[in-house]
Amino acid sequence: MPSDSTNPKPKLKLAIYWGAACGGCCVSVLDTHEKLLDIVAAADLVFWPIAMDIKYKDVEAMPDKSIDVTLFNGAVRNSENKHMAQVLRNKSKILVAYGACAYMGGIPGLANFTTKNEIFKRVYDETESTFNPEKIRPQTETAVKEGTLDIPEMFNDVYTLNQVVEVDYFIPGCPPQSERLLEVFTAIATGAQLPPKGSVVGANEKTNCDECKRKKSDNKVIKKFYRPWEIQDDKETCFLEQGVICMGPATRGGCGVRCVTGNSPCRGCYGPPAAASDPGAKMMSAIGTMIDADSSEEIDKIIDTIVDPAGLFYRFSLPSSILGRKII
Amino acid sequence: MNFSPTIVAFLCNWCAYTGADLAGTSRMRYAPNIRIIRVMCSGRIDPTFILTAFQQGADGVLVCGCHPGDCHYQTGNYKCLRRFKLMEKYIAQMGIEPERLKLEWISASEGKQFAELVNEMTKALLNVGPSKIKSTLEVKHLKS
Repeated sequence: MPSDSTNPKPKLKLAIYWGAACGGCCVSVLDTHEKLLDIVAAADLVFWPIAMDIKYKDVEAMPDKSIDVTLFNGAVRNSENKHMAQVLRNKSKILVAYGACAYMGGIPGLANFTTKNEIFKRVYDETESTFNPEKIRPQTETAVKEGTLDIPEMFNDVYTLNQVVEVDYFIPGCPPQSERLLEVFTAIATGAQLPPKGSVVGANEKTNCDECKRKKSDNKVIKKFYRPWEIQDDKETCFLEQGVICMGPATRGGCGVRCVTGNSPCRGCYGPPAAASDPGAKMMSAIGTMIDADSSEEIDKIIDTIVDPAGLFYRFSLPSSILGRKII
Repeated sequence: MNFSPTIVAFLCNWCAYTGADLAGTSRMRYAPNIRIIRVMCSGRIDPTFILTAFQQGADGVLVCGCHPGDCHYQTGNYKCLRRFKLMEKYIAQMGIEPERLKLEWISASEGKQFAELVNEMTKALLNVGPSKIKSTLEVKHLKS
């Protein structure tokens, strides 16, 4: 950034936006606690809907590339998310897909197991508490006497940010760990050499197993899969060796193995490690070597104890996976 | 337009590929719908390979390895079988017809069985029709 010797270094302009998100990513920024004061000392927050009252038209009026860094969290689910993704792409020098939803589709991405029609049918016709004899559905435009009201159009698919606009960096996590955000922010604020465009930052190259402190043996053999509530965890042996599916082997490290440290198996929110593209395929490959049976019938019996492989292995990553959605 | 299915086949080097080679050197006639990729062992076939084949337009994917107990590397075909079983469950959840993914054991001497297998799978896919996977994924893109 240009600065002359008489003026102090200009402050960074930072924007944070949410698409189809739960708000947890915005809270992860607040979770930097007193370090948030360091962030606002180095950067002006120019747009952050959860914390500041700024309208979309104010953002649209900003000059192109006038925002230094935008952290975009949440998936792209409707026309409003898409519009703001495009606006923020144009206004930002660096656009970061922040969190599992923007990076891989996240929990909202599970909607790709169904379609917009099926969702509307359930919500507006079938739920036990729905009374809608006229089968009214939301319309994107409604005429009232003051004019036309409009609401965003919901898409049939959930998209990752990268499927809608070009993204410079990805910070994984549901939500990203605040320490990782601080590392990335400090690197940008101090003008450190940034990694090549398209990199996953604020996370490791290798898997969670690489950092996990639980006792592991090389020979994992599984006779039956248990859901976490079906078994008494001994708190020290690898979850997979106890028969509980842990996404560790197919998940990038960087979170500090928080879930496993809290005696809960990894759910895969940091996405696949650098060497793998599709976390579910990686997981199926890994589990294939652990199932302790050779005959077709026995294997079937063991696999029957995995109730929902697609939902389990692609919990955070369905829209970014190879198939991307249920085939229609 | 007449539909002719495209089948991507992953064959292990030691049994299945040799079996397919035998079908060829014995001049057996079989459906030309197959595109063979040779791998060293059926245990090398990562689920990513199969999903990528579907994503890029394969109407069916055929996986062949050595008969149980005959794996050149002792256990590769068992690993393949376990992964295949998981894949079967996964693709069913994703709305892909079961006929599109098949696993068979072919020994180096089973050229005839290989030719019959390809014919059968081609016939089954003709009944199922073209894969909707590629077209579903093409609609998906929003980037303009």
